[in-house]
Amino acid sequence: MTETVLEIDGVSKSFGDNKANDAISMTLARGEIVALLGENGAGKTTLMSILFGHYMPDEGCIRFSGADLPPGRPRAAIHAGIGMVHQHFSLAPNLTVLENVMTGTEKLWSLRSEAGRARAKLKALAERFGLAVDPDARLGDLSVGEQQRVEILKALYNDARILILDEPTAVLTNLEAETLFGTLKEMARQGLSLIFISHKLDEVMAAADRVVVLRGGKVVAERRAAETSKAELAELMVGHRVARPIREAHERGEPVLEAAAVSVRIDGVDRLKEVSFRLHAGEILGIIGVSGNGQAALASLLSGTLARSSGDILLYGEAIGNLSVADTVASGIGRIPEDRTREGAIGEMAVWENAVLERIDEPRFSRRGLVDRAAAIAFAETIVRDFDVRGGGARTRTRLLSGGNMQKLILGRNLAERPRILIAAQPARGLDEGAVAAVHARILEARKAGTAVLLISEDLDEVIGLADRIQAIVGGRLSPPVSADEVDARALGLMMAGAWKKEAA
Amino acid sequence: MRFERREHRPLALIILTPPLAIAAALVLSGLLIATAGAPVMEAYWRILVGAFGSRLSATETLTRATPLMLTGLAAAVAFRARVWNIGGEGQFYLGAIATAAVGSQLLAGAPGYLSIPLLLLSGAVAGMILLIMPLWLRLRFSVDEVVTSLLLNFVAVLVVSMLIDGPLKDPLAFGWPQSQSVADAAMLPKLVARSRLHWGFAIALVLAFVVHFVQSRTVFGLKSRAAGLSPEGAVFAGVPLARTLFLVACLSGGLAGLAGAVEVLGVKGYVTTDLSPGFGYSGIVVAMLAGLHPLGVVLAALFTATMFVGADGMSRALKIPTYIADVTVALSLITMLVAVFFAQYRIRR
Repeated sequence: MTETVLEIDGVSKSFGDNKANDAISMTLARGEIVALLGENGAGKTTLMSILFGHYMPDEGCIRFSGADLPPGRPRAAIHAGIGMVHQHFSLAPNLTVLENVMTGTEKLWSLRSEAGRARAKLKALAERFGLAVDPDARLGDLSVGEQQRVEILKALYNDARILILDEPTAVLTNLEAETLFGTLKEMARQGLSLIFISHKLDEVMAAADRVVVLRGGKVVAERRAAETSKAELAELMVGHRVARPIREAHERGEPVLEAAAVSVRIDGVDRLKEVSFRLHAGEILGIIGVSGNGQAALASLLSGTLARSSGDILLYGEAIGNLSVADTVASGIGRIPEDRTREGAIGEMAVWENAVLERIDEPRFSRRGLVDRAAAIAFAETIVRDFDVRGGGARTRTRLLSGGNMQKLILGRNLAERPRILIAAQPARGLDEGAVAAVHARILEARKAGTAVLLISEDLDEVIGLADRIQAIVGGRLSPPVSADEVDARALGLMMAGAWKKEAA
Repeated sequence: MRFERREHRPLALIILTPPLAIAAALVLSGLLIATAGAPVMEAYWRILVGAFGSRLSATETLTRATPLMLTGLAAAVAFRARVWNIGGEGQFYLGAIATAAVGSQLLAGAPGYLSIPLLLLSGAVAGMILLIMPLWLRLRFSVDEVVTSLLLNFVAVLVVSMLIDGPLKDPLAFGWPQSQSVADAAMLPKLVARSRLHWGFAIALVLAFVVHFVQSRTVFGLKSRAAGLSPEGAVFAGVPLARTLFLVACLSGGLAGLAGAVEVLGVKGYVTTDLSPGFGYSGIVVAMLAGLHPLGVVLAALFTATMFVGADGMSRALKIPTYIADVTVALSLITMLVAVFFAQYRIRR
């Protein structure tokens, strides 16, 4: 029996009437990786915030190596050897890696800097765990994956023996995620204990020794990773069987949106290079690729927020110039942006305001510059009802909705208008399984009704499940399309690596 | 002790925040009054009497509240859209001098029904121009408008002193730097006879309602709020960011410039460099006290004016410096900021 380093004993925490954590108990052994699995809102982050001392538990206690940890004191948690890697990094972009790591460790009154010793320690840690990083690089210049490495190093620098990672892969590419899991396993091998929070089944199965499943604030199951399956975990997590809907065979119609050799150049950098595609009514065209390969530019171009530098775009068979957002919306193009909290909705505004903002100049929502509130609220209420938006009504502040419900709102304001074309960028990113299934079902429904869907996604399962045809985006270029029925995940992986380019050459 | 963000803010809390903040500020300045050796309760009573005790003092308080309402509205509309206009003082002065210049040079002989609207407009336009410059710098070069609009205050005041000591100097002012006066026909009529209270007060009051209507009911209000809350979200929804912020700057700068015009046409008729005892800066306090709500601005301006006017009376009666009014108003800004923080967060132990 390995030694238990951390014991969470009957921890409860309520926010108002909402019991975020309900008598949660779990343990963590030395050298073990435990995955905390649960849907958004299951109470994972609350539990970890209690563990790290950001929140006070209402009941229960936390024991670290057998001794009680004083609640509500992050300093005590750090001192005891608990390190936290946040989803949104708590690093300063204008400082160097070394300065970031040292922040908070030096005595305020000391006149001498410990930079020399710190540099040596950082170097030793980086080598020991294979976390290569340049200590003098400015943090803002690093990629997201490298920044995360710095965040981990910072925790290790503070002599962490337990590391908590909050959705560590949410911001990483698949390749970076694999590297991360290699690092985590190495750390566990060397005697560190790790808890990582996730709602992705694949990575839980790949990286964890043990899985603790949370649902509705309670621990519903605990499994050894070797003795369970993705299907079982999915069921435990959601509480019932969920199957992502799969497309059925369906006749596609006329081409409605065509791009021929379209390029986008921003500040001298080519974001899209001679991109061509043809999107038909009633089909889903999947654009796959590792993030940062031009997806954002493609989505913005078709959403009306970015102008092309060259090339032709045909909408419903007619050549068009650069469309504004208003023109885009007016011509029946629905848009789901990649980042729902930054672009898709404005958190501090009411649900109804977010529902109508992109259509506010239409006569049904405003007359002579005056907002028709009644009509706007009625429109929002229809969306809330028809698209099953939970957690609030038309007048709720949008920030209070969960990610899944916010996405349903965004999807709803587009689909309620029966768009002829839907540009969907990462429509299910960051959503839990139940919400993913709901979003997918809606997109398939739209396809059946004849909407042409351009699905930009990094999630292979999503693209394989939904798309009729698939093109890969690599370095701003699009591959020729392949039929989804003729490819498997391996072939798609090669496409995402740019294999078609060699054939063409 | 820890702070947790409140997910739901009860309405009562939002409404009670400003009065509580003002009460706290009064308690704190009460300590200072006590230190100065005067009876605290009597001092506050004297302030109230000084501000509202007679017909003269009451009209004087309302007169003082008029420019504060306008500069407060200017700050509130800008801050709502996250345009950090700290340049109300400069816009006030530029509005005032434009009014005096046009009124004394171009429209000296025009009848009131023609010159008053035109002069108010020229003041507003001058204020707009002064705020459009920092906004353009922000949109074009990402220059922080907090710094530029603030620094333009000093530029504006220096331009005004140059003008009133030069081309616009009143030759009949015994050598004092003072601008020429606008024609008597262009002066705003009095609201109450034999007092200084003029129609500017009514204009400011009406404008508060107009601004409230614009913000809550119009497409422009919705778009400017979106632009302020989330530029990316607004752009994605098709809100023309530059145009919207430009209009916000016109509204904000225009209101502050109008404050200057109203003060010239309502009270003095000419411009000196002490026309404003910091109306532009106090407007920021007024807007914050009001929680950036246009109708709240009216109440906050009344409170501020009460303190300033009442402190004179108190000072005469109790021999306490009138600075206590400045201190109380400044403290109320601090307590308001603290109160707003506690309205948004709760304490957990």
